[in-house]
Amino acid sequence: MIRTPLRPLARILHARSKGENPDVIERNNIRIRHEEMRGKSRARAEGRILALSLMLLASFIAVGGRMAFLAFNDPVETSVGFTGSGIISQRADIVDRNGYLLATNLDTYSLYFQQRDMIDPETAAKRLAEIIPAIDEKEQFAEFTGEKKFGWIKKKLSPEQKQLIHEIGEPGLKLGPREFRVYPNGRLAGHVLGGTTFDKEGVTAAEVVGVAGVEKKFDGRLRDPVHGHEALELSIDLAVQTVLEQMLRSGMKVFDAKTALAILMDVKTGEVVALSSLPDFDPNDRKTQPQENADASPLFNRAIQGVYELGSTFKPITMVQALDLGLINPSTKVDISKPIKFGKHEINDYRYNGKSLTATEIMVKSSNIGTARISQMIGQKRHRDFLKALGFLDPLEIEVAEANQSRPLFPARWSELSTMTISFGHGISVTPMHLASAYATIANGGFLVKPTLLKQNREIRGERVLGAKACEEVLVMMRKSVSESFFKMADVNGYAVAGKTGTADKPKKNARGYYKDKVIATFASVFPADSPQYVLVVTLDEAEDNSTPEPKRTAGWTAAPLAAEIIGRLAPLLGLRPDFKTS
Amino acid sequence: MRNLFFLSLFILVLGLAHWAYQENYKTQKARERAESVQRQISLARDRLRILNAEWAYLNRPERLKALISMTHKNPGLYPLIAESYGEIKDVPFHKGKIFMAQNANIDNGGEFP
Repeated sequence: MIRTPLRPLARILHARSKGENPDVIERNNIRIRHEEMRGKSRARAEGRILALSLMLLASFIAVGGRMAFLAFNDPVETSVGFTGSGIISQRADIVDRNGYLLATNLDTYSLYFQQRDMIDPETAAKRLAEIIPAIDEKEQFAEFTGEKKFGWIKKKLSPEQKQLIHEIGEPGLKLGPREFRVYPNGRLAGHVLGGTTFDKEGVTAAEVVGVAGVEKKFDGRLRDPVHGHEALELSIDLAVQTVLEQMLRSGMKVFDAKTALAILMDVKTGEVVALSSLPDFDPNDRKTQPQENADASPLFNRAIQGVYELGSTFKPITMVQALDLGLINPSTKVDISKPIKFGKHEINDYRYNGKSLTATEIMVKSSNIGTARISQMIGQKRHRDFLKALGFLDPLEIEVAEANQSRPLFPARWSELSTMTISFGHGISVTPMHLASAYATIANGGFLVKPTLLKQNREIRGERVLGAKACEEVLVMMRKSVSESFFKMADVNGYAVAGKTGTADKPKKNARGYYKDKVIATFASVFPADSPQYVLVVTLDEAEDNSTPEPKRTAGWTAAPLAAEIIGRLAPLLGLRPDFKTS
Repeated sequence: MRNLFFLSLFILVLGLAHWAYQENYKTQKARERAESVQRQISLARDRLRILNAEWAYLNRPERLKALISMTHKNPGLYPLIAESYGEIKDVPFHKGKIFMAQNANIDNGGEFP
């Protein structure tokens, strides 16, 4: 840096020659230099002050922010120490719609051995075999002295067994605490609950995970520590479920059926109040045995996993669409004089019903020809679209893990013949739950109902798929099909039931064609008919009424009277007031 | 004066140190107490859970049904049926002097005029 000289020679000589004081120039230059220096140091100082105040401001904001954060947050007790190991041990309870316990956890101990601590493996094996019957003494001894350094012996011990094992006094036998899932009601609603198993096992805890049903579907929610103390509320009603299971069991015995199922659904919300599929199982002791055919397994939930041709129970669905489209009214006459021939197929009625019937009579007499004629009026595309809208062509969205297996079977190419046979429930296989929600949609005045297993605290209104008038008309028809049928098998004292029977021949396994003497009998109903509240679907597999020399297999003789018994018993329990005048 | 100032500062530091020491021990004690309370809570929860499970097990519908079928004549427990529902007018009115509503006409079966 070049410093400006304080006494520049040229100016001084010039000043001297003029006779001025050259010191003035020096002083002036000094002043200018000082002013420059002051300016610089001032700027530097101001910069420092700014930086310092910014730092102070930042720290004040940090402290103030923290204080505000503490002030506006709920005080939380500092968690002391750290609890639990890597495995989450708590699992939320499951309760029914009234808060009765369906599933909870209890503490137990698991038994394992550690070879290096073993003192007397022979006695240990002998005593263990006495305490736990499932243990074979020789095998156990072989395991104690074999290659394995560590091994599980039993996953759950009762308190008595635990005490007896303590008394053996063998240091190599060790007990590890863990929780296990308990279903205090045993078999009750077993298919809904599903079951659990141990996943990751440690010596201090074991992870309980759901393997089926609600337990699997909501595994994440049940294991989430945030919701650990909130029970999962199901739509199931314990009392209603009990009665339904009990009556279905005795009905299955009376009619000598192979399997049976029943669904009770609230038509306003789609809540499944009770669901039973027999044979059933105890979720406390869920055994997965390989079965030759899955549908014979007790673990198989027929109401949700089983797809069946549900026969004439489809007729009200065809009918309500035709009514809604304005194609017919309840008293429209339909020609049924001749069977419909279609290629090599022939659509015929169970018995001859005369030359023509009104729409209502078609329903009451369950005429296949009449229903097929009406479906011809609807047309293939509209018919398929309507079934799609009702959810018949898609798997269920209900909250059990098995719902993804509820895929309906229907022809890929929807021909005119398909429309005609599907109009009376043949050529399409759906789950009974599909049928129940379609009936609920009709009973709900045309608003789509989706089945759910969770308690709903408010009414859910789905999209409108049908007009209210058509729904009312078809309910009247269904009411007549119960009250005007020849034997009135589904009549209930005090409650008006609207419903439709369906008898479908069972398809042969791995072969084309149907059995002549095996049927699936279904009765789908809505009650009370004048202000529908519930839908009940009862299906019996290979049911027979053997009270007469010729066994009767149609649903009117099997599923319908059973459903009537069930409604007569359940309706008072559901808080429905009987009306002896209209029923 | 200067010395006095330093002395008071020293005493203040001593006092604060004592206070901090005590606070430290108080905190530790409170922590221990919180721990023990939490342990008690979790033990109580455990007991509650077992009791709930037992209660549910003892009240399982299957067992209640068996109990009722054993003793149904005594408490008079029958399944709820449609006929169980009645009208208020079906309830017999007490005709004695035990109950007398104002203006009620007893001869009229308790109907209000």
